[in-house]
Amino acid sequence: MSIVIEQPRSPRSRKSANWEKYGWLYMRASGVVLIFLIFGHLFTNLFLGEGIKAIDFAFVGGKWSDPFWQVWDLLMLWLALIHGTNGMRTIVNDYTEREAVRKTLVWSLWSICAVLIVLGTLVVFTFDPCPAGAAAELLPSFCPAK
Amino acid sequence: MWSWVLHRITGVAIFFFLLVHVLDTALVRLSPEAYNAVISTYKIPLIGLAELGLVAAILFHALNGVRVILIDFWRKGVKYQNVMFWIVIAIAAIAFLGFAPRHLSHVFGFEI
Repeated sequence: MSIVIEQPRSPRSRKSANWEKYGWLYMRASGVVLIFLIFGHLFTNLFLGEGIKAIDFAFVGGKWSDPFWQVWDLLMLWLALIHGTNGMRTIVNDYTEREAVRKTLVWSLWSICAVLIVLGTLVVFTFDPCPAGAAAELLPSFCPAK
Repeated sequence: MWSWVLHRITGVAIFFFLLVHVLDTALVRLSPEAYNAVISTYKIPLIGLAELGLVAAILFHALNGVRVILIDFWRKGVKYQNVMFWIVIAIAAIAFLGFAPRHLSHVFGFEI
């Protein structure tokens, strides 16, 4: 991609919305929110209690039976994936030389982002902490099978 | 410049972890056995050490992100960018030292 540098003092063309500006603002706004969400996530999952050793199906089932953590994780999913994908897009834009390669990579990044956002959102909303027929010892303590 | 390079490297690393982490968490929808089988790999010592690296990357990326915001929006941000870089490193190091022994005690099963 050849770089076109505009003449000094030439007005910004207002033909379309300034997407790059919104992207730039999004990185900062989502970044601030993600600091709270991700450090909260790390603190409750890795620091409190038995940390990583305590994480299993029952742990996740216990958390996601509370709408508070459902919303928390859903926000984290959407904000982090879009933040990360937009960051990767910036890197691709910086280092690719051929336009076709750049477009393919950017398109792939947003496709992966969309698939994971849809998958994650469906999982958070359709998750059953007490699936029928599952081994009782693997389930959270509030399940009737216990 | 090094803060910029580190911000990119940590960002890419966190991005790839995020892809894997959404997929492994999605296994809760499949069965308790499938989720527990995959999440148990997070508890083996080598991966436990890699998690320390992930937390270090997140600490740097988050705090340096605050520094970038201050450089962009705070009137004196550019003037203090260098000292803010070392503040970022210091806070990240302190937080990391608070986390690492506790995490290692979980991974390797010792008391602290």
